[in-house]
Amino acid sequence: MRDVAIIGVGMIPFGRRDEDTLVDMLAYASMKALDDAGVDAVDALYVANMGGGVIQRQTAIASALVDRLSLLPAAADLVENGPASGGSAVKNGVLAVASGYYDVVLVAGGEKMREVTGWRATDFVATLTHPETEYPYGITLPGMAGMFTRLYMEKYGVTREMLVQIAIKNQTMGALNPYAHVEMMITKEGVMDSPHSVVNNPPAATPLHLYDMCPVSDGAAAVILCPLNRVKELTKNLPVVVAGFGQATDTHTLAEREDPTDLKAVTLAAQQAFERAKMKPEEISVAELHDAFTILEIAESEHVGFFKKGEGGKAVLEGKTRLGGQLPINVSGGLKARGHPVGATGVAQIVELTWQLRHELPKERQVKGAKAGFSINFGGFGNNVVAFVLKRGEK
Amino acid sequence: MAVDMELELMLRPPALPMAPYPSKVITLANGKKMVVREVQREDIPTLLKAVHPTIFIHKDFYDIVGSRLYSELVGMYTHRTANEFCLVGQIDGFLVGMVNSRMYSAKTGMSLHTLAIDRGLRVGAHLFAAKMEHHIEYLGQEEVLIVAESPIGFRRWMIEYGLEPTDIPHELGGALSFRLTRQLYFETKSRLVAGDRPVPQELLEVAQREIVIASEADIREKIAGLKGR
Repeated sequence: MRDVAIIGVGMIPFGRRDEDTLVDMLAYASMKALDDAGVDAVDALYVANMGGGVIQRQTAIASALVDRLSLLPAAADLVENGPASGGSAVKNGVLAVASGYYDVVLVAGGEKMREVTGWRATDFVATLTHPETEYPYGITLPGMAGMFTRLYMEKYGVTREMLVQIAIKNQTMGALNPYAHVEMMITKEGVMDSPHSVVNNPPAATPLHLYDMCPVSDGAAAVILCPLNRVKELTKNLPVVVAGFGQATDTHTLAEREDPTDLKAVTLAAQQAFERAKMKPEEISVAELHDAFTILEIAESEHVGFFKKGEGGKAVLEGKTRLGGQLPINVSGGLKARGHPVGATGVAQIVELTWQLRHELPKERQVKGAKAGFSINFGGFGNNVVAFVLKRGEK
Repeated sequence: MAVDMELELMLRPPALPMAPYPSKVITLANGKKMVVREVQREDIPTLLKAVHPTIFIHKDFYDIVGSRLYSELVGMYTHRTANEFCLVGQIDGFLVGMVNSRMYSAKTGMSLHTLAIDRGLRVGAHLFAAKMEHHIEYLGQEEVLIVAESPIGFRRWMIEYGLEPTDIPHELGGALSFRLTRQLYFETKSRLVAGDRPVPQELLEVAQREIVIASEADIREKIAGLKGR
């Protein structure tokens, strides 16, 4: 197997993009990544998207994109794996290059969710739940997250303040990220302490409140992969090395899990990624975790081994996960502020980590001296999880 | 032009007595303090400057809300709309949103429009709640008839308040009204109506000194910027 490098990345601002089609967005992000790498041809495309067939009534998105980009006759595949579609597509691209079958691969992820009302978008995402034992009873992902939060609070002592501090941290970082959907800072007074916070931050899926939720977003992101030994001939960029990845699954229905607070697939995916990278969690400089709900940032940080169980929330209160802290998490703003166009998210995490590891970001967003990055792309409610460990390469 | 007051008085609609709305201050999610207060007829030309650019924003039904609100405010200014009131939200003097409404009768309120200029902070939700507060608590009405022109409004009003559907055509285009009753208002008040009174003097003075209007470009960006904030 060959070592794989990321040589180009591109992203478009997430948010509400009424004027762009899904394929437009994917094309813009892809062109940015191609330009960044300095390549104009690829052997294959892997395109992550979850809802094109449902929301836009458009299928075969990869075929549409390869033609739009004039990259014919490159191979083109659509990867649909729920909210982990982006991570899965990157993984497939990495495998294709590592195997020696393809040399230059474009991975693009995109989603256009603001075309429908919020509740239809929530319903669309809920189609990933079990079609007989969950979906018909009205379960939604926020509903699952609410139940998970209640159990996690009881078991590990997570408090509402810990969740609020994650929302504040991630929205503060999002306000510095030109690609973030939500650029508005919030305060503890405004969302928790003031009596007016009852209206500002109403319960959404108790005990989760409005500001515990990621927004529904449009957006796209893309990366270019190649074998590490061909980097110098293909690009002038500093390569970022895919040191390891992992993917694991868990039961489709939450009710079948022995302990619903145990995110086994997160733990296993992270373990695989660290083993392949021959690294440990303490060697990570910056992490992008899948905080579709604030509780997930805490739970994932514990399940991947950054903190012991019950310590993740305390680390947030102590500022350990802020920029400048022991392990900055979601410096991009995370899903909470950058937004969560589901097919794009896993790719966007890799784009953000690449910028961090190349040391390209403005000072107020850059993790100083970042050498290794880690991501978790959390599909379903933890039933399909993809993890990556990336390392800063050498010129 | 000299006004023929004899004719003018025949053109003006009859007026009901209206209690004033006492100002309040709300802490928003970003920690900023929004003063909510009732404006007077002489403030309307200033408000129109903020409403005008929204007429041309073809997004989230701002165009129809802006057009109708503009004409309603002109109607209030020229004494052509009966029993209308307008509440504004201001942060550091800047206008961030407004609502207007009118008394249809002594018992029934007719909710007109809610226009949020700063988005993403529930400014519209707070101002709509203030409008309902005025109808029920200060004007002493029994019910308010409401319609939504946008899905956002439908979610904020019909769903969050659990408004009752009726078969009464609303003044705004004849859509069937939803109804907020006095009972429903008090049932939902604790989770939807916020604000402290009295407003600290220094905050109120800043708000009353001048209604500061953002530039037309800024208003368009705030409402219809790429990110949809």
